[in-house]
Amino acid sequence: MKHLIDPMDLSVAEVDQLLELADDIMLNREKYQEVCKHKKLATLFFEPSTRTRLSFEAAMLELGGSILGFSSADSSSASKGESVSDTVTVVSGYADIIAMRHPKEGAPYAASLHVNCPVINAGDGGHNHPTQTLTDLLTIHQEKGRLDNLTIGLCGDLKFGRTVHSLIKAMARYENIHFVMISPEELRLPDYIIKDVLEKKKIPYKEVHTIEEVIADLDILYMTRVQRERFFNEADYIRLKDTFILDEKKLADAREDLCIMHPLPRVNEISKKVDEDPRACYFKQALYGKYIRMALIMTLLGVSVDEH
Amino acid sequence: MNIDSIKNGIVLDHIKAGKSMQIYKYLGLDDMDCSVAIIKNAHSNKMGKKDIIKIDDTLNLNLDVLGYIDPDITVCYIKDSKIVEKRHLELPSRLVNVIRCKNPRCITSTDTDLDQIFRLTDPEQGVYRCAYCESRKSSQKDY
Repeated sequence: MKHLIDPMDLSVAEVDQLLELADDIMLNREKYQEVCKHKKLATLFFEPSTRTRLSFEAAMLELGGSILGFSSADSSSASKGESVSDTVTVVSGYADIIAMRHPKEGAPYAASLHVNCPVINAGDGGHNHPTQTLTDLLTIHQEKGRLDNLTIGLCGDLKFGRTVHSLIKAMARYENIHFVMISPEELRLPDYIIKDVLEKKKIPYKEVHTIEEVIADLDILYMTRVQRERFFNEADYIRLKDTFILDEKKLADAREDLCIMHPLPRVNEISKKVDEDPRACYFKQALYGKYIRMALIMTLLGVSVDEH
Repeated sequence: MNIDSIKNGIVLDHIKAGKSMQIYKYLGLDDMDCSVAIIKNAHSNKMGKKDIIKIDDTLNLNLDVLGYIDPDITVCYIKDSKIVEKRHLELPSRLVNVIRCKNPRCITSTDTDLDQIFRLTDPEQGVYRCAYCESRKSSQKDY
């Protein structure tokens, strides 16, 4: 593994190794605090993303490394018309590893073709966001103790949500996974995901329109935001918006060991009161994001505790 | 119809009927001084009708591009009026600067110095996807 551009670049074995390393980092944080000493991470964020950028930076700092970079295209040479390949060629002289977010699809891949240091895709438009997928896998692995034999409910905007599409592809590689899609008709999972992933691999799934009718069956409920601008008219949005808001009432029949996830930011799709429920895992999920990024940075840099 | 046989050159056989002009154009044969024969709608036992191009010169052909345009083409290399090599083409696994990505959200739409790279992702259906944004492109049609 040299770069991480697409979540499916990683084999199941490579994902397992990353999860194992992240597990160990969580248990023995002191052991890893200098493992990236004298290494530098460049966070090249051509569009703003507080959570992902801070998570990468916190990950590198916890490994004893340093960080440099920018957090919007306005503060980079891109505003002067510099190409991505020129920017990364320059930056690769200053840093050992690059995490890049860019509004254009494929920009991190373009970057990876021009540098010798590892490039991590930190989100390229509506295309890929592999470290979010790894975060989701670590959350499931930590909270459920397994990545197989699970019934996963995906709720909200399943049409445009790239995190949902990537998670389906990633989880489809494990045994005995059932998916339950909970969405309005307008935002149902695209046919190409159903055909190319679910039907091709004969993975059982069902599509429903309310959380309540399936909540009792779920091991995981992955919530996403239903955005007003996705609807053709305001009336449909108003009619449907509350159906996809998770509150205590809708959790009445849920299992005690349900794991509620959300890629964040949350707006109103999960009631604040649910935060106090022990089954709410979305803030822990954000924390797991830091640990899996630590594991990823170490793996791509090829450093290990033994060397120190 | 009789066309003189060539001494040293290349014969592109089994071209799908009607595609020969497209290939003639791509190979830049109109700029060459050598004799070139285009035979359209020739009889073929296998294909019914086919096109053939005879080039009375030895060229360095980009077989990947030819394979993308028409993977059923047979390339015959002629030396001293004899066929010395026959190459059957197939859809190339990778295309570089042959077709362009039309996705306006793709990085290649703004960073125009990047190579246009496509990968064959579904050989059965002849589907290529942009290496950057994964936009789909079917073989041949858009060439």
